[in-house]
Amino acid sequence: MDPKPMTTKERLAIPRQAMPAQDPKERIHNFREVNLGYTPELAQQEAMRCIQCKDPVCIKGCPVNIKIDRFIKLVAEGNFLGAAKKIKEDNVLPAICGRVCPQEDQCEKVCVLTKKYTPVAIGNLERFVADYEREQGKIELPDVKPASGKKVAVIGSGPAGLSCANDLARLGHSVTVFEALHELGGVLMYGIPEFRLPKDIVKTEIEGMKKLGVKFVTNTVVGRSVTIDELMGEEHFDAIFIGVGAGLPWFMGIPGENLLGVYSANEFLTRVNLMKAYDFPRSDTPVFDCRGKNVAVFGGGNTAMDAVRTAKRLGAEHAYIVYRRSEAEMPARAEEIHNAKEEGIEFLLLMNPVEFTGNEEQWLTGVKCIRMELGEPDESGRRKPVPVKGSEFLLPVDMAVISIGNGSNPLIRQTTPDIEVSKRDTIVVDINTMATSKEAVYAGGDIVTGGATVILAMGAGRTAARAIHEKLTGTAPNFNEW
Amino acid sequence: MYNIVSAIFLAENIKKIEIKAPRIAKKRKAGQFVMIRVSENGERIPLTIADSDPEKGTVTIIVQGMGKSTIELNGKEAGETIHDIVGPLGTPSHIEKFGTAVSIGGGVGTAIAYPTAVALKKAGNYVITINGARTKDLVILENEMKAVSDEAYITTDDGSYGFHGFVTQKLQELIDSGRTIDYVLAIGPIPMMRAVAEVTRPYGIPTVVSLNPVMVDGTGMCGGCRVTVENEIRFACVDGPEFDAHKVDFKNLSDRNRMYLGEERQSSETASHKCRIGHQQ
Repeated sequence: MDPKPMTTKERLAIPRQAMPAQDPKERIHNFREVNLGYTPELAQQEAMRCIQCKDPVCIKGCPVNIKIDRFIKLVAEGNFLGAAKKIKEDNVLPAICGRVCPQEDQCEKVCVLTKKYTPVAIGNLERFVADYEREQGKIELPDVKPASGKKVAVIGSGPAGLSCANDLARLGHSVTVFEALHELGGVLMYGIPEFRLPKDIVKTEIEGMKKLGVKFVTNTVVGRSVTIDELMGEEHFDAIFIGVGAGLPWFMGIPGENLLGVYSANEFLTRVNLMKAYDFPRSDTPVFDCRGKNVAVFGGGNTAMDAVRTAKRLGAEHAYIVYRRSEAEMPARAEEIHNAKEEGIEFLLLMNPVEFTGNEEQWLTGVKCIRMELGEPDESGRRKPVPVKGSEFLLPVDMAVISIGNGSNPLIRQTTPDIEVSKRDTIVVDINTMATSKEAVYAGGDIVTGGATVILAMGAGRTAARAIHEKLTGTAPNFNEW
Repeated sequence: MYNIVSAIFLAENIKKIEIKAPRIAKKRKAGQFVMIRVSENGERIPLTIADSDPEKGTVTIIVQGMGKSTIELNGKEAGETIHDIVGPLGTPSHIEKFGTAVSIGGGVGTAIAYPTAVALKKAGNYVITINGARTKDLVILENEMKAVSDEAYITTDDGSYGFHGFVTQKLQELIDSGRTIDYVLAIGPIPMMRAVAEVTRPYGIPTVVSLNPVMVDGTGMCGGCRVTVENEIRFACVDGPEFDAHKVDFKNLSDRNRMYLGEERQSSETASHKCRIGHQQ
């Protein structure tokens, strides 16, 4: 189809196309995806809003520098498969990133339309294009360079590892991905719920990588089942990428944290997502029965939103977010906060828990909170919450989820002492190459940054892939050729 | 899928299962465990490795059928498969030449005490083992324990075999006889481990227990297995499973292990209901 040429003025007159979504009243009773995706008509309409800037700043706003202007032009022209191919030159997992990237802080934030109008819905378009390609059964395998004869081990099958493995496989290297769990995908499987990222999408993406020749080995904990030195020695890997993600969850260190009914977000979400506890007893793994109960989730990030919305779907009567700052400081995506509110999640802001209370049998019965007010900005630049004296009150809850972040997994550093770690136990890398202090070993994602986003992890995976390729072959890869 | 090489009952409801898992067999040390998922919809259950054969590439676990998953696992025969096994997990037992070391196993805990007793013997310790069970038919690994012990004792609660009484009484007897004991390892039900800790505490005998909290991933990600040791949160899957018995909050551990009792009952009932239906057909 050949859209008639439009003037910039005409383009600017088109309103941003809203993402169709499941009715909140309905969706709180199921785990199906909230957003339903653009139709081809909506996508084309939205794509026509892009004014095709001479200097597309959006590309710089993207951690993996997707050629945004060019793929959107293809969408506007109705060439959806061409658009998918264009995105995949730079991003392995567009169906995933289109769903979970914080576009409002990246590409869409710098879109020139943002100042006077609303930004082009780049994320929604990315998602549409990837879904279209998949649903048409037209996923094309990218070209793979001739075999280099080099072997690379990727540790962890989350976003950092998948992105690194994909690039390296396309560059002709033999890649083996080691995963500790029984299922591939890392946080995409155990962390992010089905209603935000359907697991079939993750599985399809991984199947595609298998066709590229990437080997996947599950049930292998590097550091325990095999060490990095053994991989490089006996198993003859020429380079290693560590993308093992975040580790042990942080707790708050307040009384009552070990009462029955108090979870870390990692445990609660892993039980429900990876182990399918929502399907108990058909699935063997149980989770606290939330039906008719009051649930409080502590924290203000995306994981906290995932946890509280999961509890609501499991039947919680009241599902609270308890956050010590105000909504403006919440690290969660605006869209997730909006969705949570639509679903009846109750936000208790400027409040901090001081103690969990329990009954004689040690089951959680409530949480004592104190009100906070915002003081001077702290080192993060956000205004520091300070307690209001004498403002304690008791919130009755039956289940609590602590979602305040993670430390790093100790296994790699314990078994590979020559990899330098920071004071926070994250792995220290050269940010231009992701090289660690150990020869031929690279790292990226949450194990380097601490808790961050899927797309930043993917960006790190790509940076490392580039550096590994250069190290193994002596030449820099040109991703623009793809 | 992982193949079961052999599977034999050691006592009623207690089965010894040998699984092909070459990487784990090669790496495992005493005190470490594996996570097993029996079937597609199965939960991940932690089981301490009782033995391994690096040549054959197999690991051995000893399982008591308690809940749905362990009963399902106990129903497996040689030639069948389990869905997943991962390991070796956890920090290995701290082994050195202590002098006289007492290794105490209660019930199926003997299966876990056994490999550490072997390692203690290898390190040159004078090894005393106390192997406790409710009754004679439930005594396991009697010969294996004897083979690694300088002195081996069996205790039964009902007196049907060996010393009539609890493992703690036997331990107290050894202490009272005036001999020096430099190290005690106790593995079994929580009340037993707690009681052993109280026996050795007044004498300041270094005592180690292997804890069995509820786990999900077992690799240091979920925090479900947190235990309180010296008023600090520790993760049994990476910091443990062995801890200083005199510093463990056993009450908190036994409370937390009650978390899913209701669900476990429901699961087992559903499973046994299905079994009955199967038999009728």
